This record gives sequence, structure tokens and C-alpha cells, in this order.
Amino acid sequence: MARSTVAVRSAPLRKTRVLVSTRKGLWTLTSDVARNGWQLAGPQFLGHIVHHSIADPREPKRFLAAARTGHLGPTIFRSADGGRTWKEATRPPAFAEGSGRVVDHTFWLTPGHSTEPGVWYAGTSPQGLFRSTDGGATWEGVAGFNANPNRKAWCGGDQDGTPDGPKLHSILIDPRDPAHMYIGMSSGGVFETQDAGAQWRPLNKGVRADFLPDPAPEYGHDPHCVRFAGGNPDRLYQQNHCGIYRLDRPSDTWQEIGASMPKAVGSVGLPLAVHARDPETLWVLPMDGTTVWPRTSPGGRPAVYRSRDGGKTWKRQDQGFPKAQAWWTVKRQAMTSDARDPAGIYFGTTSGEVWASRDEGRSFRCIARHLPHVYAVEVAQG
Amino acid sequence: MTARTSHEVATVVRVRIPSPLRSYTGAAEVGVAVPLLAPELPPTVGGVLASLDLNYPGIRFRIIDEQGRVRPHVKLFVGLEATRDLRSEIPSGATLMIVAALSGG
Repeated sequence: MARSTVAVRSAPLRKTRVLVSTRKGLWTLTSDVARNGWQLAGPQFLGHIVHHSIADPREPKRFLAAARTGHLGPTIFRSADGGRTWKEATRPPAFAEGSGRVVDHTFWLTPGHSTEPGVWYAGTSPQGLFRSTDGGATWEGVAGFNANPNRKAWCGGDQDGTPDGPKLHSILIDPRDPAHMYIGMSSGGVFETQDAGAQWRPLNKGVRADFLPDPAPEYGHDPHCVRFAGGNPDRLYQQNHCGIYRLDRPSDTWQEIGASMPKAVGSVGLPLAVHARDPETLWVLPMDGTTVWPRTSPGGRPAVYRSRDGGKTWKRQDQGFPKAQAWWTVKRQAMTSDARDPAGIYFGTTSGEVWASRDEGRSFRCIARHLPHVYAVEVAQG
Repeated sequence: MTARTSHEVATVVRVRIPSPLRSYTGAAEVGVAVPLLAPELPPTVGGVLASLDLNYPGIRFRIIDEQGRVRPHVKLFVGLEATRDLRSEIPSGATLMIVAALSGG
């Protein structure tokens, strides 16, 4: 299965936009060319729970946002003008009638392959996979997953899973082959398809699941965030409930790379970000996984950890962060990078702050505060 | 109020819309023309919501899930009577009120 890597050029020097999805609406941060000054705009969808919003790299002014409110069912909003105006999907993701299953919210959105304009994928809570072929206006379930007779064994019941509900996330499409995809599920684990979703197989060897009776099962794991290594889709990185992992295809066995993190910090976290061009570079944001799992910055001293050697070694990056009494939680979709050179790193906290680095993590600045609980942060290159 | 057309019998039901759904209707109350199977059969909650969705596409799915159940934080009243049964009949002159219950923080 080993295939060629893909060339990724650095993004041109222009303004950077960051979409900040929160529990109470969507905000946008726009930088100057130097990524020094930032302007906050919004809110849009005030009062809506926006789990994810993302721009389409194939059509940069096309944005999709997954939203619901505390009272009402889930929907998808679509913009064709860079987020100025939005239209609602006419048929949002919904399970088949008679299945007994109900989409609580769409959690994850992934633009389709570059050769498939208009195609999008959505992952839901509880775990479901949906596909649109018309730019997000209408959605159909991917039957090979949603109706798979093994799905319940893989995922557990719809009431199981994380406190915010079980989720299908990290929908990764091989840039060389639109039929080759990966998904992550909390819980369920990482799965792979070679035929655009008709058949799936678990891909969890080497990953611990020490919260289960069998600590090395075939599935049932809890990946929090899975990403392709920048420029090398034969490598995947995973921040899991049970540590940090790397997979180099064609191997199907993950290597634990979190063991080299400082013991006092640990390797528990939710998000993971990669360098757009360097497959050896990634960032994680550790959180406290001791006792009752506070999932806050260990010791109240937040830091990002960067590896430049594929996870063999890690460097603490905390310049600009508070040195004490900062108890941040950063959700799995709330940290990302841009494609500029040097790379920018962005993340949002559940306490409503957005932090940015324009020098690959060497220093950070707070670029927004007092926002609602941040669910997702994405860069819109358009 | 009933009206006979060349194809069907219809009645108009007043529907009260909560603020979270007024982005669809633009109004706190709307009249919905509901086709009837027969003049003597009153409209049902499900029939009204189906007609409401024809006028304001997408609104029904925010209220009713894909299995035909009223969503957990939504309440429906026919007149003064609460119901979660889409087969509930709406007597002549009664209003269907949709309530987005207070929840969350």
C-alpha cells in the first residue's frame, strides 16, 4: 500500500482567517498579512451550538457549519460567499427511518477529495457517517457504515461514549485516492475503507484500550483526534485516550510515541495538529488524565508539546502562556495549523480564549478572549 | 375554516411559533393550509407539521426527529392540551402551539 507522498506548497502571504466554532455561535478572526494583528468578527448563529465549521479548499469561499440549538434538531448551514450569507441544508444528516437511531448533532465535517467537487462527509453523534454530493445541501447515510451489521459491536450503544455523546470524527480522505478513507470514533477506534465506505476494517493494533476488560481489543478504542502527517498520507498521528500514536503504512500496527513525553505531564489530551509540509512535525496539548480525569493543563501550567522527529522527542512550548493558575481544556477540534512558512498554530479553550503562534509554536499570543466555550478552530485559507 | 378545491379539501390551522424557529417563518404565528382526507376528518398534528414544512422547508426536522418522535426539549400543545403524539387531532378552531422548552445553560 505504500504510495508516494504528496507535495504541499506553503500558503501565499496574505491574510489568514480562523473560524472559531463555539457553544453559542460562530466567530471569525482575520489577521493582517504578517499574522500580527487580528480582528474578531461575529457572532453568526448566536445561540446555536456550532460543533464545527470549515472552509472548502477546492472552493475557498464555500463554508459549511454544523449547528443545533439546545432545543432543536441538528442542521447544516452552507455559505458560498466566505461566510457572509448562509443557507440551511434542505436534507441534513439523519439516520434511516425505522432504524431507531437519531442524529443528536453533526460533529465533524470534511470536504471531499479534490477530484470530487461538491462531495462532503459528515460524522455525527452518535456515530454515523454521511455523504453529500451537492455541496452540503442534501445528505445521505453511508450505508456501508451506518447499516453495517457490525456497527453496534464496533461502537457500543448510542448512549455509551463520551460525556458529550459518542462521536464519529477525524474523517480522512487519502489525497491520492478518494475511495481510501479513515475514520475515528469515540468510542469504536480507527477504521479504514478502500472502497469509498462500502466495507470497513478496524485499524487499532498497538493502541491500548486500558479502560476495557481486554486492554488490546480489535476495536472499541477511544481515538480523540487522528490526522495525516503533513505531506505524507502514509503516516497518521493519533491523540488517543490512552496516549499518542503514529502509524506508518503499509504497517497496520501503531507505535506509541507518547511514552517519551515528560512523566509529570503525561500523554493525555484531546487535539493534535500537524505541520502542513513536514511529516515529522506535530503538536499536542497535554491535559491532566490522573484521578478523575480533569482534562485541564497539568498543574495549571499550560503548554504545547512539539515533536520534530515523528514523536521520538518532544519540546515544551509555553512562551506567552500564563505560568500558573491557567486550567485550560482544549477540545479535539479546537487546535489546528496553517500552511504558511513558518507555520501558524491556533487553538481555542473551553474558557473562550483563542491563542495563536506565527512561529511554529516558539511563542504564543492570545488573539481573542471572552468568547463562549470553543468547540472547533479551523483555518480558512481563502 | 375549510375550503374545497377542485382536488382536495383543506383547512387552515393556526400555528404558534417559538422564537428559535422564527428564522424560518418570520412570524410568531402562521396559518397553515392542511389537506384533509375527508371533510369530516380533522387535521392531525403530524399533518399540520408536514404542511408547515412545505411552507418553511427544514422546520419540521428541527422539531421532529427522523424516527417521527418529538425532540426531547420541544413541547406541542393542541389548544391547552400537551401532546407528543403526531396522530393527535386538532379540533376546529384550535391552535397548535410549538414550545421550545427552556433547557441548557
